[in-house]
Amino acid sequence: MSLCVAIQHQLADFTLDVSFEAPRGITALFGASGTGKTSIINAVSGLLRPDQGRIILDGEPIFDTAMKIDIPPHKRRLGYVFQDGRLFPHLSVRRNLLYGARYAHPEAQGPGFDEVVALLGIAPLLDRNPGLLSGGEKQRVAIGRALLSRPRMLLMDEPLAALDSARKEEILPFLEQLREHTDIPTLYVSHSVAEVARLATSVVMLDNGKVTRAGPAEQVLSDPATARQFGLREAGSILPATVQTHHPDGLTELSVSGGRLFLPKIDQPKGSSTRVRILAHDIMISRNYPKDISALNILPGEITSIRQGTGPGMILQIKSGDDFLLARITRRSAEAMSLKPGAHVHAVIKAVAVARVDVATR
Amino acid sequence: MDWFGQEEWQAVILSLKVSVWAVLLSLPLGILTAYALARWQFRGHQLLNGLVHLPLILPPVVTGYLLLLTFGRRGLAGAWLEETFGLVLAFRWTGAVLAAAIMAFPLMVRAIRLAIEAVDPKLEQAASTLGASRFAVFTTVTLPLILPGVITGVVLAFAKAMGEFGATITFVSNIPGQTQTLPSAIYTFLQVPGGEGPALRLVIVSIIVAMGALVASELLARRARKRVSGV
Repeated sequence: MSLCVAIQHQLADFTLDVSFEAPRGITALFGASGTGKTSIINAVSGLLRPDQGRIILDGEPIFDTAMKIDIPPHKRRLGYVFQDGRLFPHLSVRRNLLYGARYAHPEAQGPGFDEVVALLGIAPLLDRNPGLLSGGEKQRVAIGRALLSRPRMLLMDEPLAALDSARKEEILPFLEQLREHTDIPTLYVSHSVAEVARLATSVVMLDNGKVTRAGPAEQVLSDPATARQFGLREAGSILPATVQTHHPDGLTELSVSGGRLFLPKIDQPKGSSTRVRILAHDIMISRNYPKDISALNILPGEITSIRQGTGPGMILQIKSGDDFLLARITRRSAEAMSLKPGAHVHAVIKAVAVARVDVATR
Repeated sequence: MDWFGQEEWQAVILSLKVSVWAVLLSLPLGILTAYALARWQFRGHQLLNGLVHLPLILPPVVTGYLLLLTFGRRGLAGAWLEETFGLVLAFRWTGAVLAAAIMAFPLMVRAIRLAIEAVDPKLEQAASTLGASRFAVFTTVTLPLILPGVITGVVLAFAKAMGEFGATITFVSNIPGQTQTLPSAIYTFLQVPGGEGPALRLVIVSIIVAMGALVASELLARRARKRVSGV
């Protein structure tokens, strides 16, 4: 199951000209506001008709200007979760959910009503009306409604953007579960690096209507070249990790390909796999194995590339085990330590620097 | 009810019958016209808008006379209707229905159009991505959401139909028991000596019917509004 998009479309202040592929899993369309992300997702859903190009879902063209194919939105069978929920105000939560199921393709596979309700934790809301739900509740119902339409693919347009951070934290685990428990590929529009780092399996980066970088999430996020576009304070890499032990002093020990990480307690059972995002400015670099230092996490590695910024800083990419880390340090330090690609270094990470939101819940 | 003459009764019943039919028959077309004016862009949009509103600004007598010219037995449409369906409108109660429907149409369309314009098209888009065809989107999302506006439109149209006088009397005349509606009856009673009593009674009936319709519509619209507000 994959989606191929190659479209051109004239927008008010720029031209959208993109070509990318979204494989299984969650593909994040990442970019600042006004870079054409929503236009792309609208084109895929059929709500926007691009000037030119084609969109192919699982080998079937759903839009193709050359072949004059333009399947109307209601026949594309794509579940769209809008930023503003768009629950029907005249229907209860239950009937909103059933609205999704009502037009579902009879032969389509997918989770049933009870399963979706349980997955999203919306059983207590079923008999309420949408007007009185909180933002987070509305979005969960909207996700459930889209799922119950048994879509071939989910389209999510910044589903968390209108929520405060507590509500985001309430929904992120559901999206992670969705990724793990269903086979439905998802196109996820976001301008939040933290969300992308936590959810995406692939990333398509957009700027001014063009794709600037696309690929697996770990690669794109740990590429020093993309750091500027993510925003230097947000740049960081993601490491797949496995929970090893919960220590009595409140720390959780995880194994990553390059060694071990000790982080503040993570609420997941031993043996479960997760992913940890480590921000580039939270990493210190040491030539030798540092001793007598408070930081608990020291990952050995080799510098694979160095990217010079315009200011006093620079970004190093370090290969540790099979994974890549990004470290942001000053040029002065790099010169003093004569850091070059190929140099062996130790990446030092304070346990408490890793924020709770940057650890996936599964 | 011997204080209520047979002629008066006939007028009241006829008016109710004419108004109900006028509203029922014009409602589907009213919703379609309102939807077209609110949502569709097409050539002749302004022309359609003007035509719909014409009865509101023309003198009713002119509308009635135009109806007589077109739908009279020698009129183009009238002759065709009689030949094809055996339907005669001029000087019949059916003609009163047509006159009332046309006079009430602008009010009905206006109320429904306002309601359609207030519906967020984003909700209709959401429904279409969930697999609902255009027609299904209309019946399951748009129509329930505009229900308060439809009720308002129906009541306004009903009230206008009950009170329609000029076009009706011009097109179908004022035949007791056949085309003498409530306003025509009041007018007739006022023309003869000693008619003030029956006229006054009919005036009271008019007021009661109008108030009843208004209250009923307010209750219905309030319930519908509560339902579509989503709280």
